[in-house]
Amino acid sequence: MKPERVVAVAFAVSIMASMGLVGVYVSGGQAQAEGALLGTALGGLGVGLAVWSVGLLPSRTRSEEREPLSSDDALVDRAEDDLHPSDITRRKALVRLMAGAGGTLAGALAIPALSLGPRPGQDLFTTPWTAGARLVDPEGAPLRPGDLVLDSVTTVYPEGHVGSPDAQTLLIKVDVQDLEMPEDRIAWAPDGCIGYSKICTHAGCPVGLYRAKAHELLCPCHQSTFDVLRGCSVTFGPADRPLPQLPISVDEEGFLIALGDFTEPVGPGFWNMTGGGG
Amino acid sequence: MLRWLDGRLGIAGLARKSLKKVFPDHWSFLLGELALFSFIILLATGVFLTLFYRPDAQLVTYRGPYAPLQGQEVSAAYESVLRISFEVRSGLVMRQIHHWAALVFVGSIVVHMMRVFFTGAFRRPRDVNWVVGVVLLLLGIGAGFTGYSLPDDLLSGTGLRIAYSVLISVPLLGPHLAFLAFGGEFPTEGIISRLFVMHVMLIPALIIGLVSVHLAILWRQKHTQYKGAGRTEGNVVGKAFWPQQVMKSAALLALTAAVLAFMGGLLQINPIWDFGPFDATTVSAPSQPDWYVGWLEGALRLFPPLDLTLFGITIPSPFWPGVVMPGLAFTVMGAWPWIERRVTRDEAEHHLLDDPTDVPIRVGIGVAGLIFFGLLTLAGGNDVLAIMFNASVEQITNVLRIAIFVLPASGGWLAYRIAASLGNNKSNLLGRKRGVKLRRGPTGGF
Repeated sequence: MKPERVVAVAFAVSIMASMGLVGVYVSGGQAQAEGALLGTALGGLGVGLAVWSVGLLPSRTRSEEREPLSSDDALVDRAEDDLHPSDITRRKALVRLMAGAGGTLAGALAIPALSLGPRPGQDLFTTPWTAGARLVDPEGAPLRPGDLVLDSVTTVYPEGHVGSPDAQTLLIKVDVQDLEMPEDRIAWAPDGCIGYSKICTHAGCPVGLYRAKAHELLCPCHQSTFDVLRGCSVTFGPADRPLPQLPISVDEEGFLIALGDFTEPVGPGFWNMTGGGG
Repeated sequence: MLRWLDGRLGIAGLARKSLKKVFPDHWSFLLGELALFSFIILLATGVFLTLFYRPDAQLVTYRGPYAPLQGQEVSAAYESVLRISFEVRSGLVMRQIHHWAALVFVGSIVVHMMRVFFTGAFRRPRDVNWVVGVVLLLLGIGAGFTGYSLPDDLLSGTGLRIAYSVLISVPLLGPHLAFLAFGGEFPTEGIISRLFVMHVMLIPALIIGLVSVHLAILWRQKHTQYKGAGRTEGNVVGKAFWPQQVMKSAALLALTAAVLAFMGGLLQINPIWDFGPFDATTVSAPSQPDWYVGWLEGALRLFPPLDLTLFGITIPSPFWPGVVMPGLAFTVMGAWPWIERRVTRDEAEHHLLDDPTDVPIRVGIGVAGLIFFGLLTLAGGNDVLAIMFNASVEQITNVLRIAIFVLPASGGWLAYRIAASLGNNKSNLLGRKRGVKLRRGPTGGF
């Protein structure tokens, strides 16, 4: 086929596809048809242009001289002189002072950027958990140890803070006999109801997967794995710290309560996390 | 028309010179254009999307046609993206073209850079433009990441959360930086509007500015060209800007748009209604970012647990793979023209391109780098690999932890040997004497 013909056919196809596109739009729109017709319209145009450029344009090769990019030294020198026209006394000192003024002004003008966020303060060290706060499930219902099935896992919050991102805690029911942790930590797990911060200590993802058989918590983001029976120590993956354990007890009505906030910061690490803030 | 313009601007002379400007005729020179055209498509589709998108974290009740989410509380941002997808006519096509174009945009920048690297096109005087290009790659990744986070779905929220955790890991400054960037402890309501401003204003403006600089420098310096009969350091051989190059570029623009339109219409991407709205207490598995962030995600997954505490200052382990590694990678990339010049002491201007086999050591280093980033990207999907190979994530990760050291080195060495022997053969065929380059040692010295 002669190139002229191909080009003509391609452009004709493009026109028809464009009209079809309008039709589809007017009749309510349909994503697949729109994409295919738009693609055909653009493709026809592209094929037409490509065949035109390959088959119909003179294929003459040209050659162009390349002037050297660098100018000769004398010209550069003269430009340098033009750049620094006068010989003011103490020019250097004045230029430095001007740069200082500009820099100071820039610094002063950058200060409003601090409005972008609060100072971290104690935010990273505290969560809404307080002594006596009842553990409630995502529906806000307080829990008794007897409500939990062995090897089940529930996301719990302090009462009044359902959905709190930094208080989210995994409450897991295990057999107390299986816990291999210091006595005082086992004491924080009445009837084997043990609570750990749900926020991964690596990059802050919710540690959402529980392998009940192995008693392992697994973070779906970077696969850090935590051993529930051994204080959530890391058994695999990039996390370096255990998930902080929530001190839990039971109040006189038999509901699970927190004995206080986590004893260390939850979530991803930061430089002064061991310093207790300030 | 020209007469009218010339009467006002006096451009006839310039026009003649420009229209006759020579463009070398080689397919690999179109890779940069591919990036430019993807960007144009991004701007066009992006403007359309901006008219319907709401950068607002306020919760609203979903009342649209997507039944599974009926009555659920979602952010206004998420709701507006659902509206674009299900209610705005041709909205879904536009959104999907936009997302595919972003993937192609960054991808074509990377392939373009590979061409420039392996042919030595970054050498003086084009070292300047190489740096502009590296910054454009950074901006491209930034544009992608900020845009990807806008729908406020569960998957993009996970990406933001990881970015926050990396930022907070910076020694001494981390908490302040993270609070300034996010407006407080993650998750914050304000982050959506900040990302929006970055994505639709700051980053595109910077990209447009730098693309202009990139092209102006290219125009001024003229193109490089491959070696061949009649081609010297002192000329450029090819086709005229008008009409040949303009027609070819127009064809490429239309064809790029055509392919992206087909993809946008027929290939589903980022179905945020499947992921669900962002919720600080859940995350889906497996979750993978867009491909150009995969290497960072992979680095985070591979890096061993190594929180250091010295003198009361903790350096959390994400700092190394999340800040130091990419910082080093981009510094080395940007400084490469000068690093190579240090080693070769080659200060001369170059307008003729190397055949990659002319400089085997560069091939070796380039291939090693590509394998390194390729493996990191694979590691970003270690959970998916585990399912594919029916292995445990632990096994895949441990294999990759070894491979990340072994494979770039051995692959780079192999590439170096192959390039060197190809170069040798070619020299022998052409009857050349063994040149300087063949005596270059594996460290790059002479």
